[in-house]
Amino acid sequence: MTSALNSKRAPLAAGAAPADPPPASPSAPRPARPKRRPRRDSFWGSVVPPVVIVVLLLVGWELAVTLTGMRPQVLPAPSRVVVEGFERADIIWGHTLSTLQVTVIGFAFSLIVAWIIAVAIDFSGVLRRGLMPLLVASQTIPIIAIAPLMIIWFGFGLLPKILVVALVTFFPIVVGLIEGFNKADRETSNLLRSMGAGRWKEFTFVRLPSALPSFFTALRISITYAVVGAIFAEYVGAQSGLGIFMSTQKNAFRTDLVLAAVAVTAVLSISLYLLTFVIERLVIPWSFKERKARGDR
Amino acid sequence: MSASVPKIEIVGLDKEFDLGGGETRRVVDDISFTVEPGEFVSVIGPSGCGKSTMFNIIAGLEEPDLGEVRVDGQNVVGQREHFAYMPQKDLLFPWRTIVENGALGLEVQGMPKKKALERSKSFFRTFGLAGYEDSHPYELSGGMRQRAALLRTVVQGREILLLDEPFGALDSLTRIEMQNWLQGVWSEYSWTAVLITHDIREAVYLSDRVIVLTARPASVRLELEIDLPRPRDLSVTTSHEFIAYEEQLIEVLHEESRKAFAQQNGAPRS
Repeated sequence: MTSALNSKRAPLAAGAAPADPPPASPSAPRPARPKRRPRRDSFWGSVVPPVVIVVLLLVGWELAVTLTGMRPQVLPAPSRVVVEGFERADIIWGHTLSTLQVTVIGFAFSLIVAWIIAVAIDFSGVLRRGLMPLLVASQTIPIIAIAPLMIIWFGFGLLPKILVVALVTFFPIVVGLIEGFNKADRETSNLLRSMGAGRWKEFTFVRLPSALPSFFTALRISITYAVVGAIFAEYVGAQSGLGIFMSTQKNAFRTDLVLAAVAVTAVLSISLYLLTFVIERLVIPWSFKERKARGDR
Repeated sequence: MSASVPKIEIVGLDKEFDLGGGETRRVVDDISFTVEPGEFVSVIGPSGCGKSTMFNIIAGLEEPDLGEVRVDGQNVVGQREHFAYMPQKDLLFPWRTIVENGALGLEVQGMPKKKALERSKSFFRTFGLAGYEDSHPYELSGGMRQRAALLRTVVQGREILLLDEPFGALDSLTRIEMQNWLQGVWSEYSWTAVLITHDIREAVYLSDRVIVLTARPASVRLELEIDLPRPRDLSVTTSHEFIAYEEQLIEVLHEESRKAFAQQNGAPRS
């Protein structure tokens, strides 16, 4: 054991920094690593492939429709979808705003409910055991059955749609938050307790911040459901919105306009999805940096 | 340094765990020892012997079934404000910078953030972390992270440091550097400290006294005074006295380790 210590080093003066491999300076913490390829590459690498695939699919679709001479009521060519869609752009835009409103308000409501439930469950084992089966059961309700009932109960206004959006989106957030809170392990809890923290301080100092990365993952899953939920709620009955627009255009055999609304829906979902990354970076920049430092993608 | 009242007195600690089905397991069995003010005491024992349970009891995180923990003669069982506790993992929070991590304990105790950060900052030179105040934990090497964790412990200004295998997760070279550094800082500050370790060399090098625990249930098997001059440097580790201490500890500890090993293989529940 001692042989390994036959030190040739002079003993360190008290207070001097030991020479374990220290980064050269705070601004350049890892001097010896080969440089990563510049970020621009990864940008092109992540944008070009999906664009190419989408373009190829559209071209194939256009060709197939033109060559087979299929009726536009059955399957319109993408070019027709675009042209007809733009012709009614102002109408579609109005419906889009309605859908966006339902999505945002419903999702905000869902977030509030999810946070309240998750925090309550984090503080109480009884609540956890009591509520979890109910929460899981809520996810087994077929939306297709409950959405028309919501209209019967709450009318054609905003409320039933908000409830449908909340119903399809709150569960992933609750689960993400509960698991996130539990990322703080027993040792961390002991450390905080030894510092004199009670349960509330333990929550605010550790459990809450360590849950945020899982929260944003859950948020991404949920936000894509939110748009679909809003459209579904409108589909069964509404005064305006992409859902009711699709429903009426389908009944009029305007397949091209249905597909135009579908395209708008996709753009809406993707935009909201990307927005979560922006918010994540603003709220928890440390998480992003840490992952990058560890080399995760 | 008045030797009349010890800083810490551990008196007859007992702790049993309920295994369910009416069975219990005794983990801590009548542990008693004392620590003088400014003394550095290491506790060493076979793995799984109940060291950590004993530590949690001293730190006020668990209650003993029997016995007392006294600080300056007062029973402090269940109280946490006398001890600053450093776990084996650094547990630095990635959402806090190093200086903010250092200030954690003070903030938890209600000190205004600005003041806490100033306190934390004032220790950075001593801990070899100057220039890294605003770095994040993932930018630091293992040794630096461990020093930051110790800084977070010391900043709280509590009377006694409880160090639970603070260097256990480091590679052996870094560990030696850290021991060396801690030895230097300690002789400057004269904290009262209790260190749990597996490392015999570490125990002898850093301590005024080494306490060897038995296999489970843990009780005190041996107390060994380490009478080496301070400040110590690495050359002391090759001296005859040092090696004699090591040999004495190795012999006793390995006997207990064999017992612990037999226990673990014999008991289906472990």
